[in-house]
Amino acid sequence: MSAGDGSGRSGLVGKRARRGDLIRKVRGEVRYTDDIKLPRMLHARLVRCPHPHARIVSIDASRALADKNVIAVVTGRDMPRRFGIIPWTPDEYPLALENARFIGDAVAAVAALDERSADLATRAIDIQYEVLPAALDLDAAEQNPSIGLGATGKDNISKTVDLSFGDVDAALGASDVVLEGEYYFEGTAHAPIETHCAIGQYDGDGLLTVWSATQVPHYLHRELSRVLAISPARIRVIQPPVGGAFGGKSEPFALEFAAAKLAMVTGRPVKILYTREEEFYAHRGRHPMAMRYRVGAKSDGSLTAVDAKTRIDGGAYSSFGLVTTYYSGQLLTLPSFAPNYRFSSTRYFTNKPPCGPKRGHGSVQPRFAFESMLDRIAERVRVDPIELRRKNAVVEGQTVNGFRVTSNGYLECLARVEAASDWKNRRGKLGFGRGLGVASSAYISGTNYPIYPNEMPQSAVQLKVDRSGVVTVFNGASEIGQGTDTLLATLVADELGLDLAAVRVVSADTDLCPVDLGAYSSRGTFMNGNAAIAAARQVREKLVAAVAEKLGVHPKDVFVSQGSLCAVGREADAVPVTEAIQLAEARFGTLGATGWYKSPPKLGGDYRGGTIGASPAYSFTAHVAEVEVDAETGIVNVVKVWCAHDCGRALCPTLVDGQIEGSVYMGVAEALLEEHVIDHRGLHRGPNLLDYRIPTTLDVPDIVSILVESHDPEGPLGAKEAGEGPLHSSIPAVANAIYDAVGIRLDRLPFSPGRVLQALRKRAASASREGVAAEEEE
Amino acid sequence: MLPLPAFRLHRPRTLPEAVSMLHRFGSDARVIAGGTDIVPNMKQGLVDARSLVSLQHVEALFGVEATSDSLSIGAMTSLDAVAADPRVRAGAPALAEAAEGVGGPHHRRMGTLGGNLCLDTRCRYYNQTYFWRSALGFCLKKDGSVCHVVAGGQKCVAAASNDTAPALIALEASVELESVRGRRVLDAKSFFTADGIRNTVMEADEIVSRVVVPTRAGRTSGFDKLRRRNAIDFPLLSIAARVDRDGDAIAAVEVVVSALAARPRRMAAAQKIAPGTSPADIVGAITQAAKRECKPLDNIEGDAEWRHQMVPVVVGRLLSRVLGL
Repeated sequence: MSAGDGSGRSGLVGKRARRGDLIRKVRGEVRYTDDIKLPRMLHARLVRCPHPHARIVSIDASRALADKNVIAVVTGRDMPRRFGIIPWTPDEYPLALENARFIGDAVAAVAALDERSADLATRAIDIQYEVLPAALDLDAAEQNPSIGLGATGKDNISKTVDLSFGDVDAALGASDVVLEGEYYFEGTAHAPIETHCAIGQYDGDGLLTVWSATQVPHYLHRELSRVLAISPARIRVIQPPVGGAFGGKSEPFALEFAAAKLAMVTGRPVKILYTREEEFYAHRGRHPMAMRYRVGAKSDGSLTAVDAKTRIDGGAYSSFGLVTTYYSGQLLTLPSFAPNYRFSSTRYFTNKPPCGPKRGHGSVQPRFAFESMLDRIAERVRVDPIELRRKNAVVEGQTVNGFRVTSNGYLECLARVEAASDWKNRRGKLGFGRGLGVASSAYISGTNYPIYPNEMPQSAVQLKVDRSGVVTVFNGASEIGQGTDTLLATLVADELGLDLAAVRVVSADTDLCPVDLGAYSSRGTFMNGNAAIAAARQVREKLVAAVAEKLGVHPKDVFVSQGSLCAVGREADAVPVTEAIQLAEARFGTLGATGWYKSPPKLGGDYRGGTIGASPAYSFTAHVAEVEVDAETGIVNVVKVWCAHDCGRALCPTLVDGQIEGSVYMGVAEALLEEHVIDHRGLHRGPNLLDYRIPTTLDVPDIVSILVESHDPEGPLGAKEAGEGPLHSSIPAVANAIYDAVGIRLDRLPFSPGRVLQALRKRAASASREGVAAEEEE
Repeated sequence: MLPLPAFRLHRPRTLPEAVSMLHRFGSDARVIAGGTDIVPNMKQGLVDARSLVSLQHVEALFGVEATSDSLSIGAMTSLDAVAADPRVRAGAPALAEAAEGVGGPHHRRMGTLGGNLCLDTRCRYYNQTYFWRSALGFCLKKDGSVCHVVAGGQKCVAAASNDTAPALIALEASVELESVRGRRVLDAKSFFTADGIRNTVMEADEIVSRVVVPTRAGRTSGFDKLRRRNAIDFPLLSIAARVDRDGDAIAAVEVVVSALAARPRRMAAAQKIAPGTSPADIVGAITQAAKRECKPLDNIEGDAEWRHQMVPVVVGRLLSRVLGL
């Protein structure tokens, strides 16, 4: 039975409902990692390097250890093994071994009876550094290879990708219009409300348990084993509910290793909770990128070729950088694109907090650049920007770089935002200071290949069916606020006719749950959903068989409705689900099932790197933003955003709305407000939530979420992702709306009032010089 | 999270008890009112106090009293109470608007008028953790000897960031201080100094007990604040304006601009306005002078050049509103 067939069974799927943990969250009953307090627990703090690049000459902890409240200190020498989320680029030590590579890099950890003593002890550990030359931006990293931050020590390069599809030069040569643009993005942070937190416990039986606010318990399990040199059989990782992650918790971090090691050294549980400042040093935020684009088109608006050159500022370590470098080019080829494409992306190391994946990994920055270019092309060839996107839509089959598209609601997304915003009557007609802009994007529903090569399932679910009528779903997925627990409960309850309250979800505990690779790359709904349905259907078949036997009908005549199983024409004899479970348990023995998801073999292009960006399905998004620009202050107010998102099928529509609203919130914040700046000293410009400004509830636009359902043939009941896609094109939609409002093109994020004002003045100056309205091009 | 340093909390019930405690503890003690400023500052290692004297239980310091020509506001009155008080809204709108613009709802519920008046000056090189400041090499205001805002600067230029200060100066308010030596009353305009390390004339053992705001017929006022977000942010500029009318004619104008350096700046151009000047000319003259008189420094996280450009814009808009243009 393919997962894509038909609708849900008993009416829960597709229905608006509260998320399962809502009331507990609102009442403060959800227990996050920091809420866990164990007997005899110690509190630890990391000691961080105050130089952007330095060799550690010596570490002397004797002053700290003289305090009777201080129990233990560990340093890099206690864990001298490298780790890294990508198996080919392990370049981090839990605590720096020889060199510290940015201000805030962890070099030691100290455990004490209480948090204050641990904090004071960090100042009593005497560390001698030899300060080394540092690269603090892309230009410095490119121009000073001798700093030697790269793997060979001879350059600062993290990864280079050059890929070419079709004949770009010939196509550009034959184009009627070729436009060039340069764009810059300085970087943003995830800013989750819950900062990273981990607890290590090492018991008398030699079992290491680590609780962590992570998105990837399975990878953490593997890396703990590798770095601490303990068998995975002696490690248990538990991920409590996470208070926001957005990609910032999707790899192992110093605190998890340090808490584990200190627990092993002291024999007592050890907790580490990052401060807000440390959250900014752990970072893995969106990469700064300097992007150069050349885009060609025919005079009718059909795109001919795209030529992109991108420099990526990776910060101090590799993190997911290999993937980021590919994604900066690979994920651009949907939804409207050209038949010829070339991109060259280089990721550099710099002495700054390491960058990594943030919601829309690697592709949000290029999307801003490219969709801004499309708006310029549309203006130049005098085609409506929505029409231009329609004309160049990649609707079926393969992308130029060889990705398979199985379902595509893109054109409907465009039509829906066009209608909802009254685009045809309002764009270009709102008067100076107010405008509309459009942009569109696509994103993966999970990566087709696991991070470490293997043939095993990427996601799995075990069901325990109790004769009381309670079904427990064990799954390795990470509930990070996106709602996977609610989704899995909904799918299982729907298949079995159960009330949602009768389904328990136990997730992200490596002792209890089958492996799931984690909450990243928007894989949850697609992969966990398919696994859950596969498991639930096995149980369902047994319930149906048992009920058919009781009623003396053929199993194919039995159907599941809410609360009971019935036979066609025998509705009066409906068997309650609990009774059906008992009948089935009597008939087949103890009930349970496993279900799993494995992605299709051999997806992606037939070239080196052709699998990176390959996904079993792609989501599609279109945004229209309406802005007001105050030409006297330069302040941009995003009044309203319409976002249509093709999520395949909205299994839990309220959750999809939430993802769209959260994505637009985050995108608009990156467009207007957020900027992660490391200054010329290597110092973070303000690692706190006063200086790094995220929007308050008063700063969020009206958001209209529009659900488009294209029914993916391989998605669970047709579903695809919704967690990251709806962010991408929100940023260029705002940029294009600013152009419609006041006629300026902004090529650097965020669109802060100072930059807007400067661009307005430049435009006014050139207009008065020429005595005519400034032409956008030439 | 960032741990709070250990301290002893004292909770006097009366004003005499409070001032005698402060006097006894000397420089080891600080006053805590709502705690919205001093608590985060203590976490960042900016305050070396072993004792905190809380005024939370000194009843005499709470509440607004109105007479025919003034409002007397207890220093412990919360900012949201000040903002919501109909007598303040009617008689001293600049103060109500300033109080309403502070932080977010939680800050205004906890934060007090006296506390806001005594808010420590702020700087991007100062309001950071001990680790961050150690990586910087510390600064003139705390633990160091170098100013990072003004190269070679010998004077701290941290920004007065209390929104109610420019409002109270513009409104010609007076501030009552209590100590073991008794009470003294100061004009709000002479309460602040240009020293960013400590920008008030208060002695270490003094407490702000009340603020008295004169009200009178023919007076209008208003407040506005430049910020990137619509809540939480400290001001990038905070501006208060007062206009006194004598019949239909304008008798006096005051404009006070803050979040520049340590002392709120009273605009000279406003004080030079001759009685009887037309509203349009007033806006023109003061707006024209605003950029020259008020020069924001790079002491706050934000674009100093943009803040400078915004002085005349915000001043102009506020004056137009207060003048009813």
